[in-house]
Amino acid sequence: MTDPVLSLSNISKRFGNVVANDAISLDLQAGEILALLGENGAGKSTLVSILFGHYTADAGSITVFGQPLPAGDPKAALAAGIGMVHQHFTLADNLSVLDNVMLGSESLWQALTRKAAARAKLVQVGQRFGLGVDADALVGKLSVGERQRVEILKALYRGARILILDEPTAVLTPQESEALFDVLAQMVAQGLSIIFISHKLAEVLRVSNRVAVLRAGKLVAQADARDTTQAQLAQWMVGRAISPPQRRPSKHLGRAVCVLEEVSTAHARERLNRASLTLHGGEMVAIAGVSGNGQVALAEVLSGTRRITGGRITLMGQAMPQVASELVALGVARVPEDRHGVGLIGDLPVWENAISERLRSGAFSRGPWVKRRAAQAYAKAVITRFDVRGGGPTTAARSLSGGNMQKLVLGRALMHPGSLAEPDSAAFTPKLIVAHQPTWGLDIGAVAYVHEQLIAARDAGAAVLLISDDLDEVLTLGDRVAVMHGGQLSQARAALDWSRESIGLAMAGAEGVAHAA
Amino acid sequence: MRLEKRQHSSALAMVLAPIGAVAFTLLVSTLLVLWAGAPVGQTYALLAQGAYGSVFALSETLTRAIPLMLTGLAATVAFKAKLFNIGAEGQLYVGAMAAVAVGGMHGGAGWDLPPALSFVLMLLAAALAGALLLLGPALMKARLGVDEVVTTLLLNFIVLLLVSLMLDGPMKDPTAMGWPQSVALRGELELSKLIPQTRLHTGLLGAVALAVALWALMKYTVLGFDIRALGANPRAAAFAGVPVTRTVVMVALLSGGLAGLAGAIEVAGRTSYLTLDMSPGYGYSGIVIAMLAALHPLAVVVASVFVAGMLVGADSMSRAVGVPTFIADVIVAASLISVLVATLLTQYRVRWR
Amino acid sequence: MSDFLDILTNPSFWVAVLRIATPLIVGTLGVLLCERAGVLNLGIEGIMVAGAFTGWLAVYVGAPLWGGVLVAALTGAVLGLLHAFLTVVLALSQHVSGLGITLLATALSYYGYRVSFPKVSTPPTITPFQEMGWLGLPILSQQTPLTLLALVAVPVVAYMLYRTPVGLAVRMVGENPQAAEGQGVSVVAVRTSAIVLGSALMGVAGSFLTLSAFNAFFFNMVNGRGWICVALVVFASWRPGKALLGALLFAFFDALQLRLQQSGTTVLPYQMYLMLPYVLSILALVLVARRASYPQALMKPYRKGER
Repeated sequence: MTDPVLSLSNISKRFGNVVANDAISLDLQAGEILALLGENGAGKSTLVSILFGHYTADAGSITVFGQPLPAGDPKAALAAGIGMVHQHFTLADNLSVLDNVMLGSESLWQALTRKAAARAKLVQVGQRFGLGVDADALVGKLSVGERQRVEILKALYRGARILILDEPTAVLTPQESEALFDVLAQMVAQGLSIIFISHKLAEVLRVSNRVAVLRAGKLVAQADARDTTQAQLAQWMVGRAISPPQRRPSKHLGRAVCVLEEVSTAHARERLNRASLTLHGGEMVAIAGVSGNGQVALAEVLSGTRRITGGRITLMGQAMPQVASELVALGVARVPEDRHGVGLIGDLPVWENAISERLRSGAFSRGPWVKRRAAQAYAKAVITRFDVRGGGPTTAARSLSGGNMQKLVLGRALMHPGSLAEPDSAAFTPKLIVAHQPTWGLDIGAVAYVHEQLIAARDAGAAVLLISDDLDEVLTLGDRVAVMHGGQLSQARAALDWSRESIGLAMAGAEGVAHAA
Repeated sequence: MRLEKRQHSSALAMVLAPIGAVAFTLLVSTLLVLWAGAPVGQTYALLAQGAYGSVFALSETLTRAIPLMLTGLAATVAFKAKLFNIGAEGQLYVGAMAAVAVGGMHGGAGWDLPPALSFVLMLLAAALAGALLLLGPALMKARLGVDEVVTTLLLNFIVLLLVSLMLDGPMKDPTAMGWPQSVALRGELELSKLIPQTRLHTGLLGAVALAVALWALMKYTVLGFDIRALGANPRAAAFAGVPVTRTVVMVALLSGGLAGLAGAIEVAGRTSYLTLDMSPGYGYSGIVIAMLAALHPLAVVVASVFVAGMLVGADSMSRAVGVPTFIADVIVAASLISVLVATLLTQYRVRWR
Repeated sequence: MSDFLDILTNPSFWVAVLRIATPLIVGTLGVLLCERAGVLNLGIEGIMVAGAFTGWLAVYVGAPLWGGVLVAALTGAVLGLLHAFLTVVLALSQHVSGLGITLLATALSYYGYRVSFPKVSTPPTITPFQEMGWLGLPILSQQTPLTLLALVAVPVVAYMLYRTPVGLAVRMVGENPQAAEGQGVSVVAVRTSAIVLGSALMGVAGSFLTLSAFNAFFFNMVNGRGWICVALVVFASWRPGKALLGALLFAFFDALQLRLQQSGTTVLPYQMYLMLPYVLSILALVLVARRASYPQALMKPYRKGER
């Protein structure tokens, strides 16, 4: 039995009151792919960030190839042979691929950059691992898959012998994920050892040799991938037996609520290009697609924050207004992708956030004055009904945890001031719910909660549009599923009519799957 | 060395922070006094006396505080919306120009209106002039992404040249025998004195009233919410339906208007003329005051009295002891920096690696 | 119109253009370095005043002229260090820190001048840099060595930014500090160095006024040149070559308005000529704004290890 190439011993880290890592001890053997599994918030990213030196552990030590690793120093980690492919790529859009990859590889005291040699080395590394990319291309112009390749090349260029990949398949189509797994196999063949972070059970079993499961900051299980099952992994991840999510198909299909006809938006990185879709009350239409194909544009157009330049959108038969406050007044509930940067205003208290989109309708204002007492009471109602924890109406929104922020955003969208009179009843149902990545970054409990709310609203007659990167979520929740590619929407077929393969092809823009409502 | 957010506000830090800020500022100013070779204790005593030591001193301080309050409020409302209005100096001067044009030159068209109406029109014209001057840069930022810091700054220089041009030509005082000042304001439009035999005028009441009004606006009105939301997170504000461009316009009107009013009230209360040197940098001092007040309108009143005290006290102290008056500016700038650092340290703790 | 041509064909006009451009070139390069690293430095106006004062004072008490330039550079560097501490280490608002430093540096300089020369009717003078007659080139011969320094600085800064590893580090830190950190580059160290170096250049720009253009220190000497440098950086799209161009263009109009005033064709009041440079700067900003691809991390505070 050879020594492990990497050994973490009793690593602990807390952020304020939150214990992110609790005395974790873990080994990585040479030439193996170790999957680090856990739900959102379990501590996986924190652990590898400590390993790479972005954070310093409060306690514990790390040994790499037999040598102790200095803490909190990415330079030392790189020198020791550790490379990291971040979940959110750390790339400069305005600089070239070569610049991004080369940075830090030469001493800052050197008088001249050896560009030709660097370029040659980049090509060579790319060939060795099957990752080709144009060295002089501006990173900002590359596709998501290509940018990930650059992120990986950064680590390989620096001679990484241990590679950490943080949720690498989150932004890839199923086919691209397979290609990535081939690359990983190549890397192992060339002598690398890999830590692969994921929360997707099937993937983990497919690609890794061993699995380590984190839950609430602790390492709760380690197992050989061949000796365990998805159900067992899920149980370790969550701490109790959970059944795989059930399909809950809609029972009553209502009238058309929102119709998009050949809708286009202005030229930008993400745009809509003659997209068409019909949403009926009582159904959930889920949109699958690799992020960056126009989902943001679609969500923004239906949220009233982006104008259309072509085509028409009707809401309940009338032209849909393109002003956010009017949409809210008409019964459109919006759950944005970025709860931190777009959904809530962190510096303002919870109550001001709770009424922010209804201030203009007169429900909480009398002339120029804000009806503070009514607003705070309403906020309290939202907090209670949607189980928002971590503060009261006057707490600053940024102090809430991610899950509670999302509950606040959801509650704000799904509740109505009229329901103050009967806080327990779902007296108000929105006409249309636009939910963009509503479960991103949430733990399983919060994810289940959000799903429940969306399904309940659908069953009460709302039309629900769910845009998500998570294929499992899309295929399980959606009554009909459409695929977004290049700003266009495919036909929205019944969820059961799609196979993983056909949807993967559509996500990649394969022929024969374009267009229509 | 790095910073880590504190979980709970430390009572110790809250007390030490202002003390630390004061200590640092005193250190810097003491060193300067020593450099000038003046007796330290006596210098500070004269400074305090000159600022608050007598009814006359207090009246001078409060008189100086009036334009500072107004430019401080102008900076407060703008900075709250993250509109960095550095042009209050220019807006003050165009306000003063407008005031003289309406109140001294009868609107240039020889109207003769009853004093009360003239007075109101004069103030409105001044506010409007200041507002319009800021509107350009504000819209350029909102629509074109042009950084408003540089544009508002450059406008200050342009305005000062414009004033000089006006004083040489159309607004020249025929009775002044070459002295660069404008036609005088009509006597009946001048503000009356709060304390007889001093320069303190009723503008003080107006300035304090405006501070209270701004505070109420920011806290209790929909517009106040819009402004705070826009400043805190423009994307989220737009998502929530805050009318972005309209709010930016309102902020420009409020901020530029307040600075313009500062100019008008200076003319109506203190100088009676438009001159080139009527503002020794009130526009810029207003920014410091706004920061010292942590962008709180009521605190602006207190901060202006403090800064005015420094400026007035330094003037009188300088005559007696010879320490240059610029020490007041050093004290104000040092206070700003030390208050910023102190405030930061109450929210973050320092961690040595 | 013929007046106009007369002015343009007179070599002394172009001498003036280059002379006026010199502090702008150096100052703009200083701002460029800071902003490329992601930090706005509004302290430039005050740093130029301080550089003008301390450089001149050093020469007044006996230092050689280049010693004065060095003192001015050091003054700028120290003020830059303060700005770096406030904005990079403490992550305070870059706008406020810069303005605070301008106020502080200006007030300290004026105070120092008054303390050193309490009651003077005429400002005390020094012997400034002399023209470089030995150069034998038209227009350049009538400049002082600091102008040569300014012109040389442009390719040097460009080389550093684009051809050296440290220049790449500076650019990366201004685009994506997380990326830099992930490649083992210390964001704090690189940003601080860029700010200190840039501020040193700003100090030198100020010293040009008292050691070359004039031979004494006056109040309101800098008169907004620092702000114009900030505008010129945007106009130059953060590129050293274009910064030179922008400075020359601005100096062209500034020299032109001076000549037009003097030539007696005063159709317009002289103040309007004086306004021209500022108006043009604003116009330049507006024209370039849409297209400007600025350093992505500019003005965004960066706190390492924060969740």
